[in-house]
Amino acid sequence: MQVPETFDYERATSVDDALALLAKHGDEARLIAGGHSLLPMMKLRLAVPEVLIDINDIAGLDHIRIEGDEIAIGAMVRHAALKDSALLFEHYQVFRDAESVIADPLVRNRGTIGGSFCQADPAEDLSAVGSALRGSCVITSVEGTRTVPMRDFHQGPYETAVADGEMLTEVRFPIRPGSGSAYEKVERRIGDWAVAAVGAFVQLDGDVVSDVGLGLSAVRAPHYTIPEAEEALRGKPATRENFEVAAQLCHDLCDPTSDQRGPSDYKRHLARELTLRALTRSAARARGEDS
Amino acid sequence: MQVTMTVNGDAVTREIEPRMLLVHFVRDELGLTGTHWGCDTSNCGTCTLWIDGEPVKSCTTLAVMAGGHEVRTVEDLADGANLSPLQQGFMEEHGLQCGFCTPGMMMTAQALLDKQPDPDEATIREAICGNLCRCTGYENIVKAVRWAAEHPAGADSEVSA
Ligand code: FES
Ligand code: FES
Repeated sequence: MQVPETFDYERATSVDDALALLAKHGDEARLIAGGHSLLPMMKLRLAVPEVLIDINDIAGLDHIRIEGDEIAIGAMVRHAALKDSALLFEHYQVFRDAESVIADPLVRNRGTIGGSFCQADPAEDLSAVGSALRGSCVITSVEGTRTVPMRDFHQGPYETAVADGEMLTEVRFPIRPGSGSAYEKVERRIGDWAVAAVGAFVQLDGDVVSDVGLGLSAVRAPHYTIPEAEEALRGKPATRENFEVAAQLCHDLCDPTSDQRGPSDYKRHLARELTLRALTRSAARARGEDS
Repeated sequence: MQVTMTVNGDAVTREIEPRMLLVHFVRDELGLTGTHWGCDTSNCGTCTLWIDGEPVKSCTTLAVMAGGHEVRTVEDLADGANLSPLQQGFMEEHGLQCGFCTPGMMMTAQALLDKQPDPDEATIREAICGNLCRCTGYENIVKAVRWAAEHPAGADSEVSA
């Protein structure tokens, strides 16, 4: 039987309440949302918080809505809601792709986007999506809010820009008219962590890639991305040859390690192949040829 | 600490440690051993129960987190001695062998049927992909759910095509 170390439990009923509790308990406190990353770590005693602050009852962090030229997603939006959201799908098909291969429907009923981002597992799917879309993270503290670009939010494995006394309250993604997006993942069995995965968006201006984003998971790409590959494609015609150049750069510049999920050369191969597939699919969707 | 929640329609209050998992709370504190406890790592799904109408894995939920919420376990499916259509479906179609996965399978499948009364096979398989069965090969489980869909009032009912 796996049993966490003892801790005190507090329940926050508002963001202010959560921040006050964080301030009171200092760095020994951890927020708990869906708990599907934190509780397994606590059971293994890899995480031993002295105080858990439950934020599940906070109202007003579960929105998915358009604000100006961005989509704003509350930190407590569950995976299941991200998968089902028609609004999100209309602008970014990549979320439904990714959410269809994250864990299983039961886990998706609990886990949240905020929890996924804050866990910052190097093999996590939504973080790769966030990096591909170059969104931003709204971090709140008693001093107010600050907005951090997604690629600065993730600072390393299990490390984020969220400091003591702060919490992630919202993630935002720019709306890109004329774009398509996709997520491609290889896992050992359904619901497993990625052996490798790639998310992409492609924005087209006629036949030219006016903008592109790539997010790679589980292949040790810093901040879940390979900017050189994006750079190589931006402003070029959306052809298979050009996609292959970008895919090859992902292959060359990622840095996967061999582990129980596969040898590093296989993961590199996947980085290339999945990048190619994600770009191809994104471009097809941008043209309205694939849903 | 003290926790109060609704379980199968009844309010229950217990004094527990915050680290107690919900699966142990329903089994050991409440004696509701229909909910099974297997992998302990949110993989197998046999611990599936509902919180506020959504099926979740209770080995990865703290009991205190369910405080103030509504929990439903497999014990609540039957109405007294009358098995629910889904439970009948598992009998009719031989949807279990050892029965270890069955409570989780049924709680997941019932949530699906409540949302989608007539799911096709692919939808059923997708819905139960977080519930592992090591005996049946899933064939009969899928048939059991289909049986329930085709007999929404149980054994004496048929849906005309
Ligand atoms: S015991 Fe909860 S998923 Fe296996
Ligand atoms: S019937 Fe034995 S595990 Fe499913």
